Amino acid sequence: MKRGLQGNEQEDGGGTSGGCQKTLKRSRKQRREKDLEDEEVRWECLPQEILLHVFQYLPLLDRAFASQVCRGWNEAFHMPELWRCFEFELNQPASSYLKATHPDLIKQIIKRHSDHLQYVSFKVDSSRESAEAACDILSQLVNCSLKTLGLISTARPSFMEMPKSHFISALTVVFVNSKSLSSLKIDDTPVDDPSLKVLVANNSDTLKLLKMSSCPHVSPAGILCVADQCHGLRELALNYHLLSDELLIALSSEKHVHLEHLRIDVVSENPGQQFHTIKKSSWDAMKRHSPKFNLVMYFYLYEDEFGPFFRDEIPVTHLYFGRSVSKDVLGRVGLNCPRLVELVVCANGLRPLDEELIRIAQRCTQLSAIGLGECEVSCSAFVEFVKMCGDRLTQLSIMEEVLVPDHRYGLDDIHWE
Amino acid sequence: MSPPGSQHKNKMALNSIHWFRKGLRLHDNPALREAVQGASTVRCVYFLDPWFAGSSNVGVNRWRFLLQCLEDLDASLRKLNSRLFVIRGQPANVFPRLFKEWKISRLTFEYDSEPFGKERDAAIKKLAMEAGVEVIVKISHTLYDLDKIIELNGGQPPLTYKRFQTLISRLDPPEMPVEMLTDTLMGHCVTPVLEDHGDKYGVPSLEELGFDTEGLPSAVWPGGETEALTRIERHLERKAWVANFERPRMNANSLLASPTGLSPYLRFGCLSCRLFYFKLTDLYRKVKKNSSPPLSLYGQLLWREFFYTAATNNPRFDKMEGNPICVRIPWDKNPEALAKWAEAKTGFPWIDAIMTQLRQEGWIHHLARHAVACFLTRGDLWISWEEGMKVFEELLLDADWSVNAGSWMWLSCSSFFQQFFHCYCPVGFGRRTDPNGDFIRRYLPVLRGFPAKFIYDPWNAPESVQAAAKCIIGVHYPKPMVHHAEASRLNIERMKQIYQQLSRYRGLGTRSENMKLTSSSVVFSARSVGEPRSNRKWQTDRPQRRWTAASAPAAAWYMTPQLPVWTEVRFTV
Repeated sequence: MKRGLQGNEQEDGGGTSGGCQKTLKRSRKQRREKDLEDEEVRWECLPQEILLHVFQYLPLLDRAFASQVCRGWNEAFHMPELWRCFEFELNQPASSYLKATHPDLIKQIIKRHSDHLQYVSFKVDSSRESAEAACDILSQLVNCSLKTLGLISTARPSFMEMPKSHFISALTVVFVNSKSLSSLKIDDTPVDDPSLKVLVANNSDTLKLLKMSSCPHVSPAGILCVADQCHGLRELALNYHLLSDELLIALSSEKHVHLEHLRIDVVSENPGQQFHTIKKSSWDAMKRHSPKFNLVMYFYLYEDEFGPFFRDEIPVTHLYFGRSVSKDVLGRVGLNCPRLVELVVCANGLRPLDEELIRIAQRCTQLSAIGLGECEVSCSAFVEFVKMCGDRLTQLSIMEEVLVPDHRYGLDDIHWE
Repeated sequence: MSPPGSQHKNKMALNSIHWFRKGLRLHDNPALREAVQGASTVRCVYFLDPWFAGSSNVGVNRWRFLLQCLEDLDASLRKLNSRLFVIRGQPANVFPRLFKEWKISRLTFEYDSEPFGKERDAAIKKLAMEAGVEVIVKISHTLYDLDKIIELNGGQPPLTYKRFQTLISRLDPPEMPVEMLTDTLMGHCVTPVLEDHGDKYGVPSLEELGFDTEGLPSAVWPGGETEALTRIERHLERKAWVANFERPRMNANSLLASPTGLSPYLRFGCLSCRLFYFKLTDLYRKVKKNSSPPLSLYGQLLWREFFYTAATNNPRFDKMEGNPICVRIPWDKNPEALAKWAEAKTGFPWIDAIMTQLRQEGWIHHLARHAVACFLTRGDLWISWEEGMKVFEELLLDADWSVNAGSWMWLSCSSFFQQFFHCYCPVGFGRRTDPNGDFIRRYLPVLRGFPAKFIYDPWNAPESVQAAAKCIIGVHYPKPMVHHAEASRLNIERMKQIYQQLSRYRGLGTRSENMKLTSSSVVFSARSVGEPRSNRKWQTDRPQRRWTAASAPAAAWYMTPQLPVWTEVRFTV
């Protein structure tokens, strides 16, 4: 409650025009005399707009305390503008250290504010109960026209552990009722092709962002349906198995807006997995259609699974190797990724990556950030790399163990260079 | 009281107590010297609460190390016709009685910078004042006066190592170590020792503390000041012989306990950090015929100092909740998974061998600490760093409160502006460090029969190989408890989500200190000279989206690809 008052005090001190009408008419002397008396009166007179503005700065708990002060403030607390965004935190004490959103608050929101909600996210912990609780809430959002929906597992993907049908039906409620979904984040969920069809049938005009990495029940055909219908799609994140030439062509069609961001996770389920290839012509079509788009690729593969990758030119801009990647592949990266902006190599091996790094410096003229984990680079090559990149290199992150002192430079010398 | 026939001036007898807590040494112990200076009698005490021993989270190796330190102190004091008094009980309860019984007028001890220590010491000071006892406290557990560092930084401890280094380079160098306590220094000061000293105040044994010592292997790290001083000579000899002060490259041998390792001795105070500092400096000047050693020479010591400084004013330093410098990460509560990690049953030989070494010997290499800490927290299991910290507290000889908590926060990317692109692979990292797998075979004998090709991922070995090794995975050795690629992929996403939200709500991108990529070693800001700090591309900077109730968040949420920034750091001394 105190903070609420403070907030209003500031507001009051700052803008005299926001006061109650009657005080403005008094003379200065009279105002001074009456100041103390009138303090209480003034708080009540604060117009709703000002209260709203102040309340927006308060965290929910403080707002709730403020709402207990008087009827006027209580009404302000329930103004629709304050309930556009909400993040439901669903945790169980047995599986999380963090507190959950209070069940009574959830009930109240559903009762009084479900039609105000526009930007909603659910953060669930690793327990099935939390995921199910999230879906229960979703099922009740019948009057919502959500613009943004995010389903976020903060630990293990608990949405995958609940009955699929329960999840799908809850999600469908939102898809059907919202009709204006613009951003959708449903990574690590059991969403499937039919539910994507429902999404598309109701939201194709508005959908701009779709993040659905690691959704194992979706097929390439399912995502193709999205690309075909949702021409406003600007950002897409999915797993490699959903990527196809047809998808890229669909995203490059004339009707489609420029794609801004495509993120692809390439994940190996079993050692020795075979991955399909994407034709260079498909990537070229993408580049022609959306010349500035970012292509972000995360690789979590065993070393011997990189066969199909980097054989041809590919317009990747941000490249992340989560596991060990061979010198050979990094060499191919240097040859085939002219648009590369960021490169992260978590691990390589014990042979120095000198040539590969130099080649990347030479040919990836847009490179501005690099991170090297368990690799080896000789100090001379490293210095040369940095010199070649020059000013464009703004971020450089490297383990000390990576650098191997050689006849030209010791580690201390590197600091000076 | 005054010994009969003493030639002392006719003054009140000054009886002092020196209170050992850490600082278990007679060399470089200024507080001890104050106890002896001009005193008629001195008694060196150490408090031990046997009941507490049983219930505390401290394992047998740490107790044994401590007891060995106390034995060593006692032996050294005997040479000076003195003894160590090990008092059973709690200081706050016992001190008033001792002040009276021994007619104490002076109490000395080494300054303890940890919040709990400061609180305890404040209470004891109060008791002493009430009893008319003078209290003298001296700083000798750290190189510097930590409060001065904090003052120099505007009242806040530096939260990046780089900033810390900058600050200390502006301070005067550490004070020289003071001389070892000798007969000469003792002068006329004596210690009255009674017949029943051994029974009443003798150093207890492990059995007395309630430990079962049957079958306990001998200590790989023997405790005590004598051992510490021998080791430091060996340590410096080796450095001089190599004539190289760079950090040696990691190899299979580095993983094993070294006879020149010093970290547990620094923690208990058997070895003075200032002595180490000056000996390093001297050696460097001799070998390199150079005037100024680089700061990196003292890396080990400075990291320790960094964490002490960060912790000294923060009683919640070892917690996530209510800790102003710790990021609130939605760790998973999973006692079974935690137990598997703690008991070396994860099914990943590299992790299990390290945890086995830790439990058996009490020390693991700093990169091994990175590996297991990463596996437990942000890498694979997504379990809270507080749990890992507690396990280390129990098992690790050199883990004290500040350094242990600080290191765990660091490695789990919960603080100190650490970022997280790199995750140690529980298979690959070990394989690169020790390709033959000897470390695994040494600590996990059940896997001895596996060839180097499969010893890091035995679950991938064909049945024939497993049978030949007489170890079937899933039967004689557990299957891997997680699918690493999947787990690390998920966890990287989690960390990104957290940091993205942080940058939006807390405006992390605006503080200049957090911009730095710092490491104990390589600092590459990689910005062109003259580029103002505000232009730094902190990845969570773009795009700035404020999630306010009134404005619509832009379409892109977790849109921009982020180069997670990461830095390497020494775990602990």
